[in-house]
Amino acid sequence: MNERVAIIGVGVMAARPSSEHLSFKEMMFEAAQKAYADAGIDAHEVESFVTCAEDLTEGISIFDEYTPDQLGAVQKPMHTLTQDGLYGIADAVMQLRSGLVGLVVVEAHSKHSNLENPNSILNYALDPVYNRPLDFNPHVIAGLEMNGFLHATGITQAQCAQVVAKNRTHALKNIAAAYPMNLRAEDVQSSPYLCYPLRDAEMAKSADGCVVVVLAGASRAQPSKSRPVWIRGVGFTNDSPTLESRDWIDAQYIRAAAAMAYGQAGIKDPVAEIDLFEVDDAYAYKELQHLVALGIYPQAVAAGRAVENGESGAAGKMPVNVSGGSLGIGHTLEASGLYRLAEIVCQLRGEAGPRQLPRAKVGLAQSWRGVPTTSGAVVILGR
Amino acid sequence: MTHRTIKPAPNIVQGTPLDAKALKRGKIFLNSYAPALRYTWDTGEAMGRYLAELKNGRLIARSCRKCERVMIPPRMFCERCFRPTDDWVYVKATGTVNTFSLCYVSWDVRRLKQPEIPAVIEIDGASPGMGILHLVRKVAPKDVRIGMRVAAVWKPPAQRTGSITDIAYWMPINRRSQRTVSAK
Ligand SMILES: [Zn+2]
Repeated sequence: MNERVAIIGVGVMAARPSSEHLSFKEMMFEAAQKAYADAGIDAHEVESFVTCAEDLTEGISIFDEYTPDQLGAVQKPMHTLTQDGLYGIADAVMQLRSGLVGLVVVEAHSKHSNLENPNSILNYALDPVYNRPLDFNPHVIAGLEMNGFLHATGITQAQCAQVVAKNRTHALKNIAAAYPMNLRAEDVQSSPYLCYPLRDAEMAKSADGCVVVVLAGASRAQPSKSRPVWIRGVGFTNDSPTLESRDWIDAQYIRAAAAMAYGQAGIKDPVAEIDLFEVDDAYAYKELQHLVALGIYPQAVAAGRAVENGESGAAGKMPVNVSGGSLGIGHTLEASGLYRLAEIVCQLRGEAGPRQLPRAKVGLAQSWRGVPTTSGAVVILGR
Repeated sequence: MTHRTIKPAPNIVQGTPLDAKALKRGKIFLNSYAPALRYTWDTGEAMGRYLAELKNGRLIARSCRKCERVMIPPRMFCERCFRPTDDWVYVKATGTVNTFSLCYVSWDVRRLKQPEIPAVIEIDGASPGMGILHLVRKVAPKDVRIGMRVAAVWKPPAQRTGSITDIAYWMPINRRSQRTVSAK
């Protein structure tokens, strides 16, 4: 049985608003080639493959049938999770710890630009009897939650706008980001409401992209060959999804997932022991809500103050989303979590170029599957 | 040996028979929903070229120099070698039936008197086992055979859209002249 699991290769395609020059298969092939070259492996050595995709966003039923060729997975164990990419990482960790396999690949991508009416797909995720007949824009769930969250915590709309300004400005230094912009909080606050108190500019725009990650058991992950970044903890949970009775203030699913991951990593004090955070910011307030659930701030209101005074900026004492986050990179469907994971790997290896943080020994990546879900994952990585 | 019959348990829960009238009169709560799902798919390099060539009335494949296969439909990567494919290769619009079926029920479950004949056709010039899935017509169902030689029947150029249906169907090749034929 392998005690430890490492990430030994990452292949990231730059996220872009559209990607008509490549089919989804060609996109996966490109990211896979990058990842295998990064890991210094041959595709034939990989023993098991996990892809993360949702049939309804692919427009193809039983989507896992369409994935082996372009990953080098023909006649190999392969399955698809209908979940964010960080769940794929958890899956790979379990396979590797079981000792059955020594080398696993995880893939996730987005061809969001191919969806002609994404809101209909989102609407399709609502309860068909209780919620769908009301015929509201499904993003209103974020408006409802943001309102409850701000009301209960004292975090302000201006502080949420600050999150957008911070992340899109961070993205200026990330060549893989689709939406870099030198933005000020005032600019965000002059954007129209999508669903009060949530403004248009506070929702991450969608992007196309693909990430492939190579994971290995300790015996395969020799530091001399592969610059391993170790997985120290993985957690994933769901809260109750019921809109009528869910927790509208606290992201309980992340609180529980973080407890799992912290327990495995032996982390008692995340603020002191973790150097950088890449957390879900599909809507600006979500970054603050997720940081609160990760136990970073004893008082939730401090999460708002931290973004206001620059503490969570790239130059701050606890940098959050130096990659640009989903607000800056673009939201890439199930690949979103893997873009965050790739940033942590890059930072921990010291390969982040203009974004490189001076201290990056332990990092945390977190994902949420978007409205209407209460499904989230946490992965802690260390050098 | 005795043979015992097991007596079924008495049916305690009585079912409620439903008929169309009950539905029409609103005696049953119904909730229906028609999802508005609409998709496009980026064709990218391989599929894009393949479809463009179909519009031109030609079949194109990609070859892998390592395993020396000529692949149709073309792809930019070789799934066996896991490497990029190398060259574009035009192949013939003729081939051999690898397998076929006679389908007596349409996709929307109507019974058909004359069956549809879907077939996998190995393309001349592509590697053995490389075929495209299409329809064979102009042959009596009893006469279709695995190994039968067929040729593409193209739609007239003005009707082609860059789609697999730019080939109207495939028909048996006249043994004397193995030429590609055009639909009227
Ligand atoms: Zn080959």
